[in-house]
Amino acid sequence: MIKVNEKDVAWVDGMTLATLRAQHKPDADITVYNGFPVVDDCPVTRGDRVCFIRRGEMPSAAEMRQLIVSRHSPAVYEAVCDRTVGIAGVGGLGSALAIALARLSVGRLIIADFDVVEPSNLNRQQYFCEQIGMRKVDAMKANLERINPYLDVTIVAERIDAGNITAHFAAADVLAECFDNPESKSVFVETCLAELHKPVVAVSGIAGYADADKLVCREPMRNFYLIGDGVSAAQPGCGLMAPKVGIAAHMQASKILELLLDHSTGAPK
Amino acid sequence: MNLTVNGESRTFEQPLSVHQLLTELSLNEKRVVIELNEAIVDKDSYIDTSLSDGDCLEIIQFVPGG
Repeated sequence: MIKVNEKDVAWVDGMTLATLRAQHKPDADITVYNGFPVVDDCPVTRGDRVCFIRRGEMPSAAEMRQLIVSRHSPAVYEAVCDRTVGIAGVGGLGSALAIALARLSVGRLIIADFDVVEPSNLNRQQYFCEQIGMRKVDAMKANLERINPYLDVTIVAERIDAGNITAHFAAADVLAECFDNPESKSVFVETCLAELHKPVVAVSGIAGYADADKLVCREPMRNFYLIGDGVSAAQPGCGLMAPKVGIAAHMQASKILELLLDHSTGAPK
Repeated sequence: MNLTVNGESRTFEQPLSVHQLLTELSLNEKRVVIELNEAIVDKDSYIDTSLSDGDCLEIIQFVPGG
């Protein structure tokens, strides 16, 4: 058996990408073979996944879900589609992280933030001018649905503290600390490690514009992953900007994907 | 008293609580996460948790920004 646009198709001897395209979507101009776009014809073997896409064509609702995940390496979608990631704060870090996880088709996101979108957020946070004044969780849920409508997004529009972390995030497989304030970062990480016993991926030291290559991910304690340079604090004269905040958020996404995959597949990294 | 703090060996003149160690190291207790011998120390117990010779601590202090 092979999958063509994520539908099962019986494998037959002599099958190639060209014979499949002629049979299933002769007008396709993009062929994605096992998560990678290819131009040349080649034989297809059992277990392969092939997606044929017509450039610019809006797929049917039934096809959309399959086509969104067609560029994932095989087994990645299956490993993440029924997993839950909790995101504490959807400001600079959390908004970019949520979008990356939505593009990965992580099945369920819990996003928490008490704040509303302000003009001063737009220098680094993934919102739009017309969303100014909206609660960040509502604006982010709307943005995520425009990217990938097949996700379950749970919103928590309240301030997160030691007393409500466990209740809101107990269902998460992995947690992401995306706050701005260091006291909130500390309380969230401590509570997750002590009460939830799930991996938590946090950030510290991402202000300014210099030395983006100094951002690293380390594991200072079991289940605790920390991204940043550890010292670049946001303060007057050294603000938060899109490049380093975005890099750190995507390093969080990368570590979270690794954690979700490590326990479920032997797929190449 | 000898402690290992973030992998580095440190010697202190007198016995310390976690709270006193943070003061000694000029760390803000509201911004840290502490592991003592691989167990997380709850913020509410910093004053009551006494350190013993040979204890191993990992201390992370967060800086603002996100």
